[in-house]
Amino acid sequence: MTEFLSVAPQVLFGQLLVGLINGSFYALLSLGLAVIFGMLNIVNMAHGAFYMLSAFLGWLLLTHTGLGYWWALVLAPLTVAALGIALERCLLRHLYRLDPLYSLLFTFGIALILEGAFRHYFGVSGQAYPIPELLKGGHNLGFMFLPTYRAWVVVFSMAVCFGTWYAIERTRLGAYLRAATENPTLVQVFGINVPVMISLTYALGVGLAGLAGVLAAPIYQVSPLMGSNIIIVVFAVVVIGGMGSILGSILAGLSLGILEGLTKVYYPEASNIVVFVVMALVLMVKPTGLFGKEH
Amino acid sequence: MSIHSSVMVDDRERRVAHPGRIAAWGLALALLAIAPFFLYPVFLMKLMCFALFACAFNLLIGYAGLLSFGHAAFFGAAAYISAHSAKVWGLSPELSILAGTACAAVLGWIIGSLAIRRQGIYFAMVTLALSQMVYFLALQLKFTGGEDGIQNVPRGMLFGVLDLGKTLNMYFFVMAIFVIGFVIIRRVVHSPYGQILKAIRENEPRAISLGYQVERYKLLAFVLSATFAGLAGATKALVFQVASLIDVQWQMSGEVILMTLLGGMGTLLGPVVGSVLVVSLESYLAESGFPVMVVIGVVFVICVMLFRKGIVGEASGWWEGRAGRKAS
Amino acid sequence: MPDRHRPETTGAPVLLSVRDLNAWYGESHVLHGVNMEVRKGEVVTLLGRNGAGKTTTLRSIMGIVSKRTGDIEYEGKDLTRLPMHVIGRSGIGYVPEERGIFASLSVDENLLLPPVVRPGGMTVEQIYALFPNLQGRGSTQGTRLSGGEQQMLAIARILRTGMRLLLLDEPTEGLAPVIIEQIGVAVRALRERGFTIVLVEQNFRFASQLADRHYIMDEGKVVDMIPASELAKNSERLQRYLGV
Repeated sequence: MTEFLSVAPQVLFGQLLVGLINGSFYALLSLGLAVIFGMLNIVNMAHGAFYMLSAFLGWLLLTHTGLGYWWALVLAPLTVAALGIALERCLLRHLYRLDPLYSLLFTFGIALILEGAFRHYFGVSGQAYPIPELLKGGHNLGFMFLPTYRAWVVVFSMAVCFGTWYAIERTRLGAYLRAATENPTLVQVFGINVPVMISLTYALGVGLAGLAGVLAAPIYQVSPLMGSNIIIVVFAVVVIGGMGSILGSILAGLSLGILEGLTKVYYPEASNIVVFVVMALVLMVKPTGLFGKEH
Repeated sequence: MSIHSSVMVDDRERRVAHPGRIAAWGLALALLAIAPFFLYPVFLMKLMCFALFACAFNLLIGYAGLLSFGHAAFFGAAAYISAHSAKVWGLSPELSILAGTACAAVLGWIIGSLAIRRQGIYFAMVTLALSQMVYFLALQLKFTGGEDGIQNVPRGMLFGVLDLGKTLNMYFFVMAIFVIGFVIIRRVVHSPYGQILKAIRENEPRAISLGYQVERYKLLAFVLSATFAGLAGATKALVFQVASLIDVQWQMSGEVILMTLLGGMGTLLGPVVGSVLVVSLESYLAESGFPVMVVIGVVFVICVMLFRKGIVGEASGWWEGRAGRKAS
Repeated sequence: MPDRHRPETTGAPVLLSVRDLNAWYGESHVLHGVNMEVRKGEVVTLLGRNGAGKTTTLRSIMGIVSKRTGDIEYEGKDLTRLPMHVIGRSGIGYVPEERGIFASLSVDENLLLPPVVRPGGMTVEQIYALFPNLQGRGSTQGTRLSGGEQQMLAIARILRTGMRLLLLDEPTEGLAPVIIEQIGVAVRALRERGFTIVLVEQNFRFASQLADRHYIMDEGKVVDMIPASELAKNSERLQRYLGV
């Protein structure tokens, strides 16, 4: 097959796949952030830490009990979500009446505690997590080799993303969420227990991060640094996409991942910072974000 | 309750130069001057650099009401430029520090112009993202030395005459920088500009309706804050003779926030107190093998939940409560 | 033409009773002892000038104003210790002054949002019969409706829930006379169906056509109660209180 702009197709499509995978993680993580931000009006700085925690729970589950990937995919996000509920009910809830910056600082503190604890016990190197049997291997598509697990990651995260989008935008429960985001007092007066909704929303957002963590384990290695490494890019994605838009975060995440992949092919030195450059451009042209509604 | 109204700043009182007050400052200065004879001078210099860093940061959060999550960018960039100037270009220390500080000012202008377009939490996220970009640049650009950083930075001869290799000379140089920086920040806070900044912080729509170009004031505050953060970083590079990635990492940004929060946002002494505590705590913990990050995180959480005014904030609140009770 | 005092409500049980209600917004003491009671099936108004405390009283009943003392009882249950969502579930429906139509919901979603809390609520067909303007607007964004239509929607969505006591805060504010007519017709129909209604209104004409009794509020207190049958006699007093 012919080369594209002097790059071999295998290389190009290989990087595009990497970009698509990264983009899937960006989408999943920024979706969780957007859900939390919409309902609670806080930036969950601990989001990356929960992602990391879930990956580690999966790894610990495997090494200590032998329970594998499919167990981890269910148990780890649920555990992380439960932790999120506990945190929200006991501590975070008391900060709602204050400037949202305090909630931001609180979640930042939680992130430090989580990352610090894991760094202390596991150092900064990563632990390997094996790809599950069912998803090993891959297919030769001619222009590239498609590993099965990576295809699974993309398909599964897209399903989760669009499933979440559908649930929020098209269902009755989602209507409660949207209404409570807009006017929590009135929704409570109608008889809906909004404080419980808020806890569950935080759990949902954090659970999404947890899901991303388990998905990431076989690809990125499980390391205490994996959360902070990815979360700052996700923040940039969220600023680009515009907070408060579910669809916006998904689309922005995917496209920026792909853009990163393309940059890696044609201009590798910039691949680390291309997302931030795009963010700077968006800030100059459309500060509220590409899909953003002013909150 | 907004992040700025949790702070008590009574400008009127502070303006009047009580003889008692002057004596207190004089005493502080004297103590600072004799301190290196009793405590490790390098440690004291470290404290002063971070205290200046925290004071600079506080200018933005305590007085302009803007939470920057990327101040490490200015601290670290200035450190790199200062180190490079001293080591590779052979500039004398005062010029190296000037170069570093100027770089921080320019960077502050660039980042500030972009970040000011958003408010509140978005502003914080933008500063975080942009400073992460600076981190990646520091990681990849050749002159910064990547993972190793710039090492063996010569302290040089101040103005070509004073050998800063001698610890005591360096100490008084750093002390002069710290005192000058602190005094300038204090003057800015109490100036008419500082008053307008306070007005904007407390009621921005009103300030706009009064005709103030709010964005310009905020940007100026940002640039000033970045400049003094850069001054701190540039000086630190010469003190330790090293500039490294640690200086530009997000953890550094988080630390300066903690120093200011713990000490008391919006007070002049708060950041100094906070930085002394945090740096001392970290030094102590580093020996003990305790997980420093966890402790910092715990202190953060405790401060945010229970202790938002910070040490100096709580103390001055208690003090004024007493004065109020005495008067009534 | 003011309705005469309806005999079927005189002997009815007291549904809502408010005794010595004091309320604060932060440090500001806004209600200084509100006393009122509403019998089952009655329509009762809260009249008064701006700032008299009418809306605050409704908000205190619903628990939106949390700092309050006194007795509020609904069907014998003390409301003052209950959280907002439990008060709503007890069967009290609140239609706020600002209407509260959700912009991020369609008309249908707005209509169906409040959960059914008691049996006996109206069906959607019955609601459309009462408010024909709302029919066929299902997928429109809630806030795209006109002010009058939003007001109707705000009332309509409560009707499905089985809530039997309605607190209506200034339903006619800012609406054209034609729309006010329609709302009046709807409220009258609700009265016929046995709903109990507390109506806060500045529009005295509207209020007087519907209510059995009028409570007058001034400076955070109920200062007077005038039955519908005695309105004519008290017009002078009303003028003083309302500046009407």
